[in-house]
Amino acid sequence: MPLTVSLTHYLILGAILFTISIVGIFVNRKNAIVLLMAIELMLLAVNINFLAFSHYLGDAAGQIFVFFIMTVAAAEAAIGLAILIVLFRNLHSINVEDFDSLKG
Amino acid sequence: MAAGLHSTILMIAPLAPLAGAAIAGLLGTRFLGNRANRAVSCGAAILGVAIALAISIHALLAVTHGANFNGTLYIWMNAAGISMEIGFLIDSLSALMMCIVTSVSLMVHVYTIGYMRDDEGYNRFFAYLSLFTFAMLMLVMSNNFLQLFFGWEAVGLISYLLIGFWFDKPGATRAGLKAFLVNRIGDVGFILGIGLLLAYTGSLNFTEIFARRLEIAGLQLPGTDWMVISAACICLFIGAMAKSAQFPLHVWLPDSMEGPTPISALIHAATMVAAGIFMVSRMSPLFELSDAALSLMLVAGAITTLFMGLAGMVQNDIKRVIAYSTLSQLGYMTVALGASAYPAASFHMMTHAFFKALLFLAAGSVIIGMHHDQDIRNMGGLRRYMPVTWITALVGVLALSGLPFLSGFYSKESIIEAVYHSRLAGAGFAYFAVLATVFVTAFYALRWFLLVFHGDERFGQHEARQGGDVDEHAGTSGHVGLMSGDMPHESPRIMTIPLILLAIPSLAIGFITVGPVLFGDFFGGVLFVAQGHEAMRALSMQFQGALSMGMHGLVSLPFLLMMAGGALAWYGYIVNPSWPGRVRQQLPHLHALLENSFYIDRIYDAVFLRAAVRLGRYLWLIIDRRLIDQGLVKGAANITRRTGQVLWGGDRIVIDEWMVNGSTRLVNWFAMRMRQWQTGHLSHYALVMILAMLGFLIYFLPLPFTR
Repeated sequence: MPLTVSLTHYLILGAILFTISIVGIFVNRKNAIVLLMAIELMLLAVNINFLAFSHYLGDAAGQIFVFFIMTVAAAEAAIGLAILIVLFRNLHSINVEDFDSLKG
Repeated sequence: MAAGLHSTILMIAPLAPLAGAAIAGLLGTRFLGNRANRAVSCGAAILGVAIALAISIHALLAVTHGANFNGTLYIWMNAAGISMEIGFLIDSLSALMMCIVTSVSLMVHVYTIGYMRDDEGYNRFFAYLSLFTFAMLMLVMSNNFLQLFFGWEAVGLISYLLIGFWFDKPGATRAGLKAFLVNRIGDVGFILGIGLLLAYTGSLNFTEIFARRLEIAGLQLPGTDWMVISAACICLFIGAMAKSAQFPLHVWLPDSMEGPTPISALIHAATMVAAGIFMVSRMSPLFELSDAALSLMLVAGAITTLFMGLAGMVQNDIKRVIAYSTLSQLGYMTVALGASAYPAASFHMMTHAFFKALLFLAAGSVIIGMHHDQDIRNMGGLRRYMPVTWITALVGVLALSGLPFLSGFYSKESIIEAVYHSRLAGAGFAYFAVLATVFVTAFYALRWFLLVFHGDERFGQHEARQGGDVDEHAGTSGHVGLMSGDMPHESPRIMTIPLILLAIPSLAIGFITVGPVLFGDFFGGVLFVAQGHEAMRALSMQFQGALSMGMHGLVSLPFLLMMAGGALAWYGYIVNPSWPGRVRQQLPHLHALLENSFYIDRIYDAVFLRAAVRLGRYLWLIIDRRLIDQGLVKGAANITRRTGQVLWGGDRIVIDEWMVNGSTRLVNWFAMRMRQWQTGHLSHYALVMILAMLGFLIYFLPLPFTR
């Protein structure tokens, strides 16, 4: 029986990517850039979900949404990197452990 | 309310002096920063009194033409059915009194310009004078007891202020206090009398009280057999006794001489002390119903007139002699009231106001001329230096002594005759007293006059001066009395003109007005005389004109007594000056008795003052210290402290520990727990967020295993 790629496979792929990104956010203690990358990955996981449903439901609206999300992700990456540069200038570090000035 | 008297015009009479007092007293003193200078102050005061005098004369003329006014101007309040009002009752009695008050007041105002020239309290003095005039006018014009009482107290207050005018002099403040306290005793009686009348008639208005007087005439005080009317009248008379300085409440008047001399003339001779006489005259319809009150007045007046005259015979202070004379003459008036001769009392009040004000102002002139030496033993022969004062004082002395045809003669003779006709208990003693006083009066008046103006010149011997009799404001003038070689001088014209203006009525007013005022119908319908008290009618029957009365006076017993008294003074102080000293040496106790005014002051001191002080001390020790301080105050403090300690313990545990500290500790503990969640690490927050979202997801999404 040939291996057919069904909707379920795409959704499992998306869930795996999403889980990796979540773990990348709160297990990561070292690098803020990894944080940004994890967020991008999370958005990609969502995109895969959108594309899979769009294809199987035959509705193009999902694919249009993906374009929106990619635009927002690009903007977000730009802003995130800019914040990171400012942070580095002030703290001379991109270590997430050092970003604890909100500590009560 | 006939034409000629208008309420607005009448209202101006008291208000004009009040305005003058306000200008002089508020703007002219340091109170509002000395905005008005001396000329403005005294000008305003004099203008106000002059307006009042003009209105008074207008009122008197209108009254003689039959007009009168009785109306309420302002209702202060209605309380428990009692109407408290400001109102005027203008009839012959009050119009006459207004004229006396304002004319003497005007003379005194003018005289004060000269007398107080060197005093720094100049404006204050004028303010008091005008304020007094206002209060006195309110008193005499009133148509109800409330306003009468207001005026009564106001003149008492101003009298106190003026006796103590030189408040840096201990004697003056003490004398003012004494006058105030003695008057309080009288006021208790007065207000009790007012209260009795109010309780039994339900009104304060004179007319309404008089209308109901026969209803209360037969009533008795509950639980006693005292007549209500007698009790009320005696209470009112006690008020008059203090104000008009009758025995035994006379003690304040001689001491009041500590005040400036114009005040002695205005307040303590002419007007305020006559307020008691005025009030009794005003109340004549009530007093006529009570023989007991009339007898009391006869006796009190007789004692005052004789014994105060006797005390006046040996006084050495130029003002004290006249003060005792005033007491004696007020006694005459009270005797006249007791004999139901109200017109005679009012008439004597008028003539006395003029000649006694004249005598006081003359004395003030002498005091200024003698540089504030008031001891008549240091004077003598002043007639050469002070001719105007000499002549005017002579007029005053003769009028006081009752020389026929002068004003004092007519009023005094009428009183003596009226007492002769009185049939009340005590009239016999009163008749003896008033006759004897004629002799006494002539003696002390002439003694005073001769010692001051005649005989050897004894001034200028400063070192030989005898002590005592300290002058009025030695402190301000620097020295007392004339130094060797100094000569007394006549007073400036501003002071002698009032003397002359007062001398004229002292001479003539009796002769002119005795017919119409005393025996005509001037007081008709105002002064009431009951059946059986008809001394005045008996007098009217004999009266055949002022001239014939004077002629008759020349051959009567009082005239002989007067001549005898005068002759004795002449002998003792001109012909044989060493004689009085020898008499004094032979009768030292009698002399001391008279000089100290029968030791009444000392008796009061011993009986009332010492007793009051001792009682106060005793009460202080027992009640204050032991009962209140130790028992009540300390006991209460102890109880409070004990309770406080217990409560304090409760405080510390319940409130401090549990509530205050407990709540903060709770918050603290909770916050310590909570802040541990706040790591500051983004990843923790994100984890929490994701876990929460997961929770929501499980809760809301219809997952297969929750179905």
